Amino acid sequence: MRYAMVIDTKKCVGCSDCVVACQTENNVPIGYCRDWITERVEGAYPNLELELRSERCNHCENAPCVRCCPTGASHIIEGGIVLVTPDECIGCGACIESCPYDARYQHPEGYVDKCTFCHHRLEKGQLPACVSVCPTKCMYFGDLDNPNSEVSQLLKARKHKTLAPEAGTKPHVYYLI
Amino acid sequence: MGTSRRKFIKISALGFGGVAVAATSLESMGVNSYLEGFALEDSLVKLRQTATYCEVCFWKCAGWVHTDSKGTIHKIIGNDIDPHCNGRLCPRGTGGVGMYTDNDRLKKPLVRKVIDGEETFVETDWDEALTLIATKMKGIKKEYGAESLGLLKHGSPGSHFEHLFKAFGSESIAEPAYAQCRGPREAGFSLTFGSWVGSPEPTDIRDTKCLVLIGSHIGENMHNTQVQEMSDAIDRGATIITVDPRLSTAASKSQHWLAIKPSTDIALLLAWMNVIINENLYDKEYVDRYTLGFEELKEHVQEYTPEWAYGVTTIKPEEIRKTARIMAAAAPATIIHPGRHVTWYGDDTQRARAMAILNGLLGSWGRRGGFYFKEKISIPKFPHPPYPTPKWGWQEIGEKYPFAEMGITNELIKASLPSEDNEYPIKAWFVAGTNLNNSIPNKKLLEEAINALDFMVVVDTMPMEITGYADVVLPECTYLERYDGIRSATNREPSIALRMPAVAPRFDSKPAWWIAKQLGEKLGLHDYFKYDDFKEVIAWQLKQMGTSLEEMEKIGVKKFPRKSGPMYLEEGQDYEFYTDSGKIEFYSGALEREGFDPMPTYTKHPEPAPGYYRLNYGRSPMHTFSRTVNNPNLNDLKSENDLWVNPKVARILGLKKGQYVWLENQDGVQSSFPIRVRVTERIRWDSVYMVHGFGHNNKKLGRAHGKGASDTQLISQVAIDPIMGGTGMRGNFVKILTENPSKTVEV
Repeated sequence: MRYAMVIDTKKCVGCSDCVVACQTENNVPIGYCRDWITERVEGAYPNLELELRSERCNHCENAPCVRCCPTGASHIIEGGIVLVTPDECIGCGACIESCPYDARYQHPEGYVDKCTFCHHRLEKGQLPACVSVCPTKCMYFGDLDNPNSEVSQLLKARKHKTLAPEAGTKPHVYYLI
Repeated sequence: MGTSRRKFIKISALGFGGVAVAATSLESMGVNSYLEGFALEDSLVKLRQTATYCEVCFWKCAGWVHTDSKGTIHKIIGNDIDPHCNGRLCPRGTGGVGMYTDNDRLKKPLVRKVIDGEETFVETDWDEALTLIATKMKGIKKEYGAESLGLLKHGSPGSHFEHLFKAFGSESIAEPAYAQCRGPREAGFSLTFGSWVGSPEPTDIRDTKCLVLIGSHIGENMHNTQVQEMSDAIDRGATIITVDPRLSTAASKSQHWLAIKPSTDIALLLAWMNVIINENLYDKEYVDRYTLGFEELKEHVQEYTPEWAYGVTTIKPEEIRKTARIMAAAAPATIIHPGRHVTWYGDDTQRARAMAILNGLLGSWGRRGGFYFKEKISIPKFPHPPYPTPKWGWQEIGEKYPFAEMGITNELIKASLPSEDNEYPIKAWFVAGTNLNNSIPNKKLLEEAINALDFMVVVDTMPMEITGYADVVLPECTYLERYDGIRSATNREPSIALRMPAVAPRFDSKPAWWIAKQLGEKLGLHDYFKYDDFKEVIAWQLKQMGTSLEEMEKIGVKKFPRKSGPMYLEEGQDYEFYTDSGKIEFYSGALEREGFDPMPTYTKHPEPAPGYYRLNYGRSPMHTFSRTVNNPNLNDLKSENDLWVNPKVARILGLKKGQYVWLENQDGVQSSFPIRVRVTERIRWDSVYMVHGFGHNNKKLGRAHGKGASDTQLISQVAIDPIMGGTGMRGNFVKILTENPSKTVEV
């Protein structure tokens, strides 16, 4: 089992529904977020390319945050999901510094927080909150080990990329381009 | 009160002092620990789901409010079977809970009083506030007639007050949704096809092969199913052509972005017709069978060649020809989208006509992938005596505009100005759910009218700017705390949705139906309100429709079979359109009779003087109008607007990214607050752009106050559409000031 998220930048309109859905689903305090929208513009008027994409923890296979965590609070569970155990987190911030995606933040209560792929929902057979609300259905979620899963099929059929591949983190969030 | 100059009251002093109300458990939940978060999830099964439909915008998506046994709202999720959302709410719907949790909400009825020579709001109880309103209403009726009481409204609360007004004898009713928004397209499509576009739009985007957007920025306007279907169309490989001076989100998803010079859209539309007719690309059978005036149109568009249009629009002739051919090749599964906010330059009905005619040439009205024949189910009227017939109403107030099919807000405002020869004098306003200060252009005129009123009531959930001018402010509860009318809207198949309270009203707020009923009773109109709870009305109506409140509480949304026939025209089908001629009217005899151009022509519009830039405005997907900026959840996504400036302009003016600037328009009107510069290639060098709805000046809106600039404030030039009275608002020009022009910020 290797969970992955595939996001179609051809469809994303950058509305931030994924952001607010995550905040309400996961009780993320106002002023913080586990996912966010990035806009990239290239070219000069009127020959322009615009890419909008929803970003979050990449649940890397080779996760620098897990490697650098001094207490073991950052860890990887079944399915390749990177999690933080708040009780074990001392809030040292090493993981925040190590993440090439800037995906972690310090919760007002002191521990470090980030996207969990909504694993509490996965356990109930539900999709992550962001995927479930997206009005453009630009986000897909599934198992890369299953060649017939929607995510595997999409990555087979469509041109795609990951973010900061040079960091060698082997991310599990893919962008269709 | 009527004689003294009405002063804006910064709802503060006595208004809210001392009303310290504990934060709801939801707000404290924001700092719950991660583990408690999971504990909550474990109890998810126990969460109660309450049916609602959203009121954050007009799309009214149906959903489920998830609450726990303590009455804390956890989340709001779309209803899977709802055709307005298909189970997926937009960010505003998902963040709708912030309307409920916002501690800046109006809390108690407020009455304007003079204390120590100062006008101020004083908290009062409902009975006193409503008695005062009823007394004033009776007084105005006695002196001038009930007609002199005007209702300005928006959304669900509006319908309850409309009922009250009609029962009282006034049909002096208008809403900005018409003359400040979609009115021109309704008039233009109505004159052509005999049918309004309506809401949701019957655009068959899901099955289209070619979607043409003229300044319509789907994706930034978050009209849910439109966005969803555009995404489906992208998946299926549809071609999108976007005409916009700005690289909108939709433009970035388009194969063809025509970066048009602002205000020249009609020229492009005429040139497209020229190509489609002269190259015989139109749907001949459809045109022969269903349309009127093709020969006149053909002759009319001869002068509008792509070469001519190039000089006007800056779009190259080959680009015009190429896109015309693409549209025709995809026809009839081509949509020239009517847009939504279309009050731009004053000839907007004619632009809508040009779009409608183009759809007619391509045979897309009533065809799969074009426009479907929409249908809705009518909700049975709860029994009440017939309404009295007023001597005059919105039609007479707007009589100068023969094709207006709804009240014209700006005419109702003008009718409120003191004038001896005013046949239709408006003396008092009841404002429900619309912040006129941020929706009506020409602030000076609005303030003059407000100052002249004898009395003014504002009903809202939030201390919007308009509340500061009221004599009485009534706190309405949010959609999450009340029953409302059954939602029925046009769609592919008729459906209804239920809204019921998920939580009890916070503070001393009340549902609009309750306010209307209480007032009705104080006005002796008991027979129009023969129920104790609006729930009884809904239950009765649902029973008439073959369902029940009990069933609707479980399903939230119910679909009904179509009764009006198929969604699309069948091959060779005879069909009578609801126009004068029964045909799709390319040539409009109705327009000609009233002295207007029977076919659209291009008119040149004012251009910016040196040093000025056209002020363009639009939507952000996280906000609705100006009403959501203070919503804590949505404010967190976007708390202020930016001024989009082309890098060339930034270089000339020495502007840096993130710098705050002030704006001054062609009439010397300055923005009250600074706006942050966003240097971007996405905008032309002759215009600037900002998202509408920011720059709130009421300090009681804690998060929104002073954040960003208000486009509405800078719109002092209004080009009135002579056909339906719409206010064209895109003929305003601003210069950019790097220093604060006034040290004292206007409040």
